[in-house]
Amino acid sequence: MKKFLIPLVLFFGLVIFLALGLQRDPQAIPSPLVDKPAPAFSLPTLDPAAGAFSPAEMQGRVWLLNVWATWCVACRKEHPLLVDFAQRHQVPIVGMSYKEIQPQDVQAQGMDANAKLQFARERSQVWLSRYGNPYVLSVIDLDGRVGIQYGVYGVPETYVIDKQGVIRYKAVGEVTPAILASKVLPLIQKLNAS
Amino acid sequence: MLAELGHFALILALLVACVQATLPLWGAWREIAAWQALARPAAFAQFGLVALSFAALTACFVNNDFSVSYVAQHSNSLLPTVYRVAAVWGGHEGSLLLWVLMLALWTAAVAAFSFSLPQAMVARVVGVLGWVSVGFLLFILALSNPFERLLPAAADGRDLNPLLQDPGLIIHPPMLYMGYVGFSVAFAFAIAALMAGRLDAAWARWSRPWTVVAWLFMTFGIGLGSWWAYYELGWGGWWFWDPVENASLMPWLVGTALIHSLMASDKRGNFKAWTVLLSISAFSLSLLGTFLVRSGVLTSVHAFATDPKRGVFILMFLAVVVGFSLTLYAWRMPKVRMGQAVSLLSRETLLLANSVLLVVACAAVLLGTIYPLVIDALNLGKLSVGPQYFNAVFVPLMVPLLVIMVPGTVVRWRESQWSELLLRLRWVALAALGVGLAAPALAGEWSIGAAFGFFLAAWVVLGSVQHMVLRWRQPGQIGAAYWGMQCAHIGLAVVVAGITGVKSYEVERDVRMGVGDVVTIEPYAFRLQGMSEVKGPNYRAVRADVEVLKNGQPIDRLYPEKRRYFSTAMPMTEAAIDTGFMRDLYVSLGDPIDGPTPQWSMRVYYKPFVPWIWAGVLLMVLGGGLAAVDRRYRAASPRTETMPTGVAPQGGA
Amino acid sequence: MGAFNPSALFARLAVSMRLWGLGLAMVGVMLSPAVAQGPQPAGPGVAAPPTAASEPAGSLSAAPLASGQAVAAPTITLGPEAAPMTEEPVLEARLLKLSEELRCLVCQNESLASSRAELADDLRREVRDLLREGKSDQAVKDFLVERYGDFVLYRPELKPLTWLLWFGPFVLLLGAVAGLGWYLRQRRQLADTAPALSDAERARVDQWLKD
Repeated sequence: MKKFLIPLVLFFGLVIFLALGLQRDPQAIPSPLVDKPAPAFSLPTLDPAAGAFSPAEMQGRVWLLNVWATWCVACRKEHPLLVDFAQRHQVPIVGMSYKEIQPQDVQAQGMDANAKLQFARERSQVWLSRYGNPYVLSVIDLDGRVGIQYGVYGVPETYVIDKQGVIRYKAVGEVTPAILASKVLPLIQKLNAS
Repeated sequence: MLAELGHFALILALLVACVQATLPLWGAWREIAAWQALARPAAFAQFGLVALSFAALTACFVNNDFSVSYVAQHSNSLLPTVYRVAAVWGGHEGSLLLWVLMLALWTAAVAAFSFSLPQAMVARVVGVLGWVSVGFLLFILALSNPFERLLPAAADGRDLNPLLQDPGLIIHPPMLYMGYVGFSVAFAFAIAALMAGRLDAAWARWSRPWTVVAWLFMTFGIGLGSWWAYYELGWGGWWFWDPVENASLMPWLVGTALIHSLMASDKRGNFKAWTVLLSISAFSLSLLGTFLVRSGVLTSVHAFATDPKRGVFILMFLAVVVGFSLTLYAWRMPKVRMGQAVSLLSRETLLLANSVLLVVACAAVLLGTIYPLVIDALNLGKLSVGPQYFNAVFVPLMVPLLVIMVPGTVVRWRESQWSELLLRLRWVALAALGVGLAAPALAGEWSIGAAFGFFLAAWVVLGSVQHMVLRWRQPGQIGAAYWGMQCAHIGLAVVVAGITGVKSYEVERDVRMGVGDVVTIEPYAFRLQGMSEVKGPNYRAVRADVEVLKNGQPIDRLYPEKRRYFSTAMPMTEAAIDTGFMRDLYVSLGDPIDGPTPQWSMRVYYKPFVPWIWAGVLLMVLGGGLAAVDRRYRAASPRTETMPTGVAPQGGA
Repeated sequence: MGAFNPSALFARLAVSMRLWGLGLAMVGVMLSPAVAQGPQPAGPGVAAPPTAASEPAGSLSAAPLASGQAVAAPTITLGPEAAPMTEEPVLEARLLKLSEELRCLVCQNESLASSRAELADDLRREVRDLLREGKSDQAVKDFLVERYGDFVLYRPELKPLTWLLWFGPFVLLLGAVAGLGWYLRQRRQLADTAPALSDAERARVDQWLKD
């Protein structure tokens, strides 16, 4: 009787889903901000003399926003790729230093806001001069609030933003040559053409 | 040397398991008695070898042999000896070895305590268990070898995760695995019966005690895990609907349905198809649980470190074992004759309703657990399914189950009358209603949820009490199984009362305390007497000295700690609990607070009825134990049934 | 056994009432400690608003009591009442409840309420600010879903994508109950149409079943 086959059929359905699931990363969160306007912000940059930066200044150009920090090991791994990418292609990369001051930076805990900003600036600049600077400029998000607006949940993360200021792609984790070649570069070329 | 010895023993065990899985089954099919007789010695030999291997790994841990990679990852020279032994199953490889040890133990037990069974049956059961052993041993040797060497040897180990350095680790996994693996025996009995083409009442009779024992270990294991999370994690939660927890709950739910369905199949020859399906499902869910926990498809705090290759192997093993079983089921079952008709109100119907509710509850838990995976696999996005879903779906399913528990023990087989049932139970219903309405008012603020929960618990307790009193008055012997049943049912009711009480009436205070400050939760007061520094074998801690007073009189001293283990950066909270009959007082120490005077953040909880949850679980375990030792199982006579099933019996009687 | 038999009914009533008394007595014994010591929490899980810090704790005369309980003990001063961690207990209670429904994105399946991760701290701070601004629970959830997707909600929203999830168990239950009813009816029809057994055959069947 056919009804005795039902458990077997249901079971194989389950196995198929489990097999598909094995190829997925349960922790990877796709961004709902893709194809949405990049949230506005106004943050100080690494250069104390320059004023605050806001993404509206990049209107009319296709650009990358790279979230990084000096304490982030994966950032150091992807950094040479970004330096190379910036040199090779005419794509401006804006850095966002995310939560540079960490709980273990005890000397910075008692400082006021300006002193903290200065501390972060100095450490970031030292790091960049050591490992290369792919950024046209780098903003500083000390408390991570702007990061939350962008749906940042870890470092590093990279966004591709088009001429109208709409986010078109988000890479979570360090960029690899494969990602740059197959996803980022073609997308930038397409966006530049339009 | 020891590690190599352990490794070699495991290889030999695999070879023995291969023999165990093939020759006796062939012998049962072709009626070769000598090959059937190989089952028992093979089972004993496999157990001896796996035990030897396990002992070797334990010795590596106790001797701090950090040239063994697994030891270096999970142990440390400062780790107390008792935790060095428990660390054997603190990681993936070792816990799998524990799994295999349990399987070998159960197989040997079946081989040892089955002298009243026909030899062909034993051969088949042990043979099927052999197949499972082969799969797991192959998995361990190929992909999860705990005896891998680390050369050059580490100077010291990475230490056992501080959360695991607790008596809970010593007992929870072994008990849980005894349950998980124990359902393989019911599975093997079902498969053996399908292979033989004979599904008579005898098969159900044999299967019952083994299944009940597996069930009680599972109950104990889950309860222990819950209790451990409660006192270890620092905020008094005890169930999170985490995928790994669900992985243990699902076989338990089906296992509970199984022991009830086996009863009908044993006593009345009914529901064979359903009972066989449940037997297959319970163990399949155990295997599925193993997959979910070790493959990395789901995120969980409990999950072991994962490797995609492992996931593929387990999935293939799962597909083969369960696929084969369900195919055999679909092939054989149509030939088995069905039982007789029953009326709408009968014990058979209520037992079926019990099965339906438990299986639907299990399906709901399964659905919630794998739904994120399914949606992701279909590229439809990423979502989370958390406790809110499970509570919303599971609790309503448990309500009718609790309600039918009482009439289930009252109605007769085959046919019963509504009027008789109502007549007998009306005072129980009224009294339970009275308790349900009164209890919440006595315990605190009245709420309909609390009233309903207490009503259900009282309904089951009073119904069981009435049943026992009436049964006592009747002539005739009462077997242990009867007391076991009542004990287990009352245990569940106590758990329900405990959950209702704590959810409705717990109080939490999140405060900052300096020395001398007091937190009051009437009629209790908690006063911080002082702070001190404590040094443990492999940690340093800050300890608070909290005096507990009731109505102004000191009743206890609690010492919550915040520990810093040398091996990790994460601080660990050791909560302090004062347990009473009706409540727990739970104090958890937080971080120090900057300020003019030294202060610490503290969480103080008043948790009424929580001890009832653990007490109820123990009652259920006791009930299972009583049911398993009933005399009729111990003196089971050999069954040479010739009840027609439509298929000529194969193999020896 | 449907016939109305007064004397049998009275006999049963007597038994029932004795059992009723026994049961209530047992339950009374079980709950008597609760009667004697039941506290008056301000509702489940909500931290009670702090009394003024200078009021001595443990003074029974000031505390609410279980109904019907008389004040017996004299006023005892134990020490200053500890201040709650938060200045805004109502807000914090709301935050706690809400963050239990939100997922910590970087943890291994933990809620925002219980997680100690840095991002969890940041998100809780963000939620607290939103609540302080007067946003509703739903608005906070929408805010987070806009930035992090459905993954951040532990209670899946009811939409076509989750219909199977939310309605599935209920539909399955209905189907199973219907299947059970159909199965029982089918069995009865089969039994009704099956040839009746002779007495000897019936005795044999009973014997088989008993074994």
